[in-house]
Amino acid sequence: MSATVKLIGFFDSPFAHRAEVALRLKGVPYELILEEDLHNKSELLLKSNPIHKKVPVLLHGDRTICESLVILEYVDEAFDGPPLLPVDPYGRAMARFWARFLDDKCSKPFWLSLWTEGEAQKGFVKEIKENLKLLEGQLVKGRKRFFGGDAVGYLDVASCGFAHWLPVFEEVAGVRLVTEEEYPDLCRWAKEYASDETVKQCLPDRAELLAHFTARKDFFVATAKAIMAPN
Amino acid sequence: MADGKEGDLKLLGMHVSPFAHRVSMALGVKGVRYEYIEEDLFHKSELLLSSNPVHKKVPVLIHDGRPICESLAIVEYVDEVWSGDGRPAILPADPYERAIARFWASYIDDKFFPAWLGIMRATTEEARGEKVKETQDAVQNLEKAFSEIAGGKGFFGGDTVGYLDLALGCFLPWFGAMRMMFGLEVIEAATAPLLAGWAERFGETAVAKEVLPEPEKAVAYAKKLQAYRASLNK
Repeated sequence: MSATVKLIGFFDSPFAHRAEVALRLKGVPYELILEEDLHNKSELLLKSNPIHKKVPVLLHGDRTICESLVILEYVDEAFDGPPLLPVDPYGRAMARFWARFLDDKCSKPFWLSLWTEGEAQKGFVKEIKENLKLLEGQLVKGRKRFFGGDAVGYLDVASCGFAHWLPVFEEVAGVRLVTEEEYPDLCRWAKEYASDETVKQCLPDRAELLAHFTARKDFFVATAKAIMAPN
Repeated sequence: MADGKEGDLKLLGMHVSPFAHRVSMALGVKGVRYEYIEEDLFHKSELLLSSNPVHKKVPVLIHDGRPICESLAIVEYVDEVWSGDGRPAILPADPYERAIARFWASYIDDKFFPAWLGIMRATTEEARGEKVKETQDAVQNLEKAFSEIAGGKGFFGGDTVGYLDLALGCFLPWFGAMRMMFGLEVIEAATAPLLAGWAERFGETAVAKEVLPEPEKAVAYAKKLQAYRASLNK
């Protein structure tokens, strides 16, 4: 299918990055449509993703695909090019398991470890550190350069937040979660990922991310409070 | 239909776990034989804890000694390993249709399931009311999804059951339980006629009849769980 490919994203979103890097890894030409302000979403975004109203959204001809992990698999299956997921069913099941682990078990404690305080924060820090150790364990098996083996694959892309965004968030929040001593393989992987020729073409500039997140720190703290509020 | 691919196949499940039922039904669709091991989730076995150390949950499929966890990942695994040879496919073949199926399966697990589970877990009328509304909104979204995906046919998978039928149909015993416990209809025929028709149709399929328990079993388990939680709070 040679229809046009467009990707709706936002510069600071690791989820949008997942989709963009997948297209680049497959060698698919695309037009990037950047949302300017996620507090003032475009008509196109709201119409394309009425259920979640989030980026990324992939537009392929008259097809609309939402949810970054769903987009990753779609890009892998709809286009020719090197496979993003492992070829064998067991490898694929493992990759899918760990990608879900990231979104289900890491996102929330990561976020709350940054923007809460006191005993609650200690609990979230412990949780995210344990979970990152489990993730790192997937690299240690077989001494792999990437989760995908010798080349960047699905799980590397899914884990991008922990490669490029985590250190920026750590700096803004003044919280240190990942050190080279404690996570030698994860840190090595993060450097490999961020310096990969294809990946670095669509990683947001670190200084811009830092400035953007610093300006939004109060908002982040408020979101953490909202998550923590009893309901 | 043993073809050697089965090897050593075990499923760790629990008799009223909808997520374990997804896997049992997937294996049923494929006509694959396996050893079923009932887990007591109040006293988890060494096998469960060592096979799923991350989540310590059912279902776990252990194939030739290798555990696979997370129900949807397991269903995709089953679909991929036991493909061809005239076996029915669970996911559609077309990449876009697969993306739509995966999107809605995610929605079911991330938005729909926590909403209706929240109804059962709510401790105040206000909280329950909020979860009822969230559940109703999710059902409306799923009703619309069904009309778009089924395209006039009986199931999400078309003429036969597929991925989304299993992903959603596994909850039917629990919807029956909620009817019995709260007088609450999760899928109301008046507001979600297509899904109500689908639910009845799905319940009549061979695979659902073989795997899904009577709602009474779910009610009994819910009471056991309530008593357990109450004892923890003393």
